[in-house]
Amino acid sequence: MIEIKDLHKSYKMGSNSLHVLKGINFKVEEGELVAIMGSSGSGKSTLLNILGMLDGADSGEYTLDGVPIKNLSETKAAQYRNKFLGFIFQSFNLINYKSALENVALPLYYQKVPRKERQEKAMQYLDRVGLKPWATHHPSELSGGQKQRVAIARAMAAEPKVLLADEPTGALDSKTSYEVMDLIQKINDEGNTILVVTHEEDIAHMCKRIVHLKDGVIVEDKKIEQVRAEQYV
Amino acid sequence: MWLFDRDLWFEIFHTLGKNMFRTFLTMLGVIFAMIILVLLLGSANGMSNGFNKIFAGTASNSLFVWGQQTSMPYKGFERGRRIRYKIEDAEILKKQIPEIEVLAPRIELASHRGTVTVYRNGQTSGSAVYGDYPEIDNITKKKLVEGRFLNQTDMDHSKKVCVIGEETYKLLFDKGEKAIGEDIRINGVYFTVVGIYKPNNNINIDGENAVFIPFTTFQKAFNSGDLMGWMAIAVQENTPVPVVEKQIKDILKAKYDIHPDDERAIGSFDMSEIFNNITAFTTVLQGFSFFIGIFTLLAGVIAISNILLITVKERTKEIGVRRALGATPKIVKRQIVVEAIVLTTFAGLVGFAISVGILSIMDSMWGSGDNFPFVKPMISVPQFFVSFVLMVGLSVLIGLLPANRAVRVRPIEALREE
Repeated sequence: MIEIKDLHKSYKMGSNSLHVLKGINFKVEEGELVAIMGSSGSGKSTLLNILGMLDGADSGEYTLDGVPIKNLSETKAAQYRNKFLGFIFQSFNLINYKSALENVALPLYYQKVPRKERQEKAMQYLDRVGLKPWATHHPSELSGGQKQRVAIARAMAAEPKVLLADEPTGALDSKTSYEVMDLIQKINDEGNTILVVTHEEDIAHMCKRIVHLKDGVIVEDKKIEQVRAEQYV
Repeated sequence: MWLFDRDLWFEIFHTLGKNMFRTFLTMLGVIFAMIILVLLLGSANGMSNGFNKIFAGTASNSLFVWGQQTSMPYKGFERGRRIRYKIEDAEILKKQIPEIEVLAPRIELASHRGTVTVYRNGQTSGSAVYGDYPEIDNITKKKLVEGRFLNQTDMDHSKKVCVIGEETYKLLFDKGEKAIGEDIRINGVYFTVVGIYKPNNNINIDGENAVFIPFTTFQKAFNSGDLMGWMAIAVQENTPVPVVEKQIKDILKAKYDIHPDDERAIGSFDMSEIFNNITAFTTVLQGFSFFIGIFTLLAGVIAISNILLITVKERTKEIGVRRALGATPKIVKRQIVVEAIVLTTFAGLVGFAISVGILSIMDSMWGSGDNFPFVKPMISVPQFFVSFVLMVGLSVLIGLLPANRAVRVRPIEALREE
């Protein structure tokens, strides 16, 4: 599903440049649930941004579902993001003047799905994260866990190839974190490919594979026995 | 068609509605600009209309020619000779200058602008007395309060009838007294009043205290023979009056042995000159109004752009999210530009409504234009469209500024956690 070969990325910081990713080689198969771990500054967010086409790599190859991702225009990148990727952010990033339903429907709007169909589909996904009764509520009326579930529904609404979660539990207490992870696991159970960036060990162990980044290189890449979040909920 | 996309409009009104107060303040600039533009244009139009009303009934492309005294000796004649035209001159001029449309000769009792005493039942008035052709009505229209003006039948039969001015009526008749059909006496000859005209605030060449009698009647009653004192001449629409004026003078100078360089022997007055001046004045006034209005409008639209820039800054994160979710730069841009257009258009319409209201009030207060040239102050439909198109055009251009700013921020920067 995802294939990265010798990926390099550096940032210019004034006169000196900061080499963040120093040759990443990495492959994700369909249906995997991968945790990308690392301390801050290890390059894990940069990697996720490149995977999410929010940022470009300096060199290296990136193939997503057989499509080479290289030198994309902003418009093309936006279209690919919409088609291939679903984003889950640490701070949820819901649009606060839109209801839960409208937030979920937004990616479908950019897919030019007709309004009625959009609403139905969004409602369907909202139902899947268990928030159907909250459809008309605005983000300010939702708890953190609920917000993240709306965000997950939104990420899934466009039926992307890969879900990218950047510290999805970073802003949540542990109980809510497990609820969210439980949801992510269930989505993965249905065959969706998910990448989770985290620095929390327990969250990482709820995935099926952990990739450890340190100073811009992968230091460890291992399959693990998945800890089900269900038991903590 | 995105223009009919419900979601786009929903989003736009949502963002604008979220900050009602700020939106309103932003719009004030354009509202005031539009008010200023429309008021200025409307007033300029009102003035133009006012002048038009003043000159209503006076043929704009006309001139008046009369005889004065020579100022140069010529062909054995001394200077200071009084020039008196003959009635035949009218025909000569008309024949030789085809551009002349109407030529109405006139003769005056007493000298130019002089008056004679008019009697009636012991009341008297010192009035100007003119012998006129009915055609004069095509050049300087008289507003009749009662009766009729002189006509061809009066001329043909040399009827002893007259049309008098309101001022003359007041001097000769008691208030409310019937004048039509009554006789007045001039130099011992009786004339029946057939019409009374009133001053209409126009250019009033003849004054309000005057008596008009048919030219032919004048000739017989006062033995003026073939003399003629004065000519009112209407020239074809697209012929410059000064050209015809020169031709007329040349012909008359040759006929009456006047020195070609003698400027004083023939008096003339070019009506079109005044009209041209006034037209130029009102055109400049309108142009100036537009100029000021457009720049005020520009300032107003820039204020909108400014606020949108701030809004974009505030919404950086939201825009980042949208782009992560698949909003292309085009979609983002479009939303902000349409916001600018909606704000400007709405503000412009509000300003337009207010200013049209003010203009109607001004119209009802001073619009009659009796003492001041100010009639129907309102902007015309083309003016409205021009200002509107300009306004929307400006808003598109200016909206592109914040729109580009919004697109320039890369989604990754917009999404960066604080």
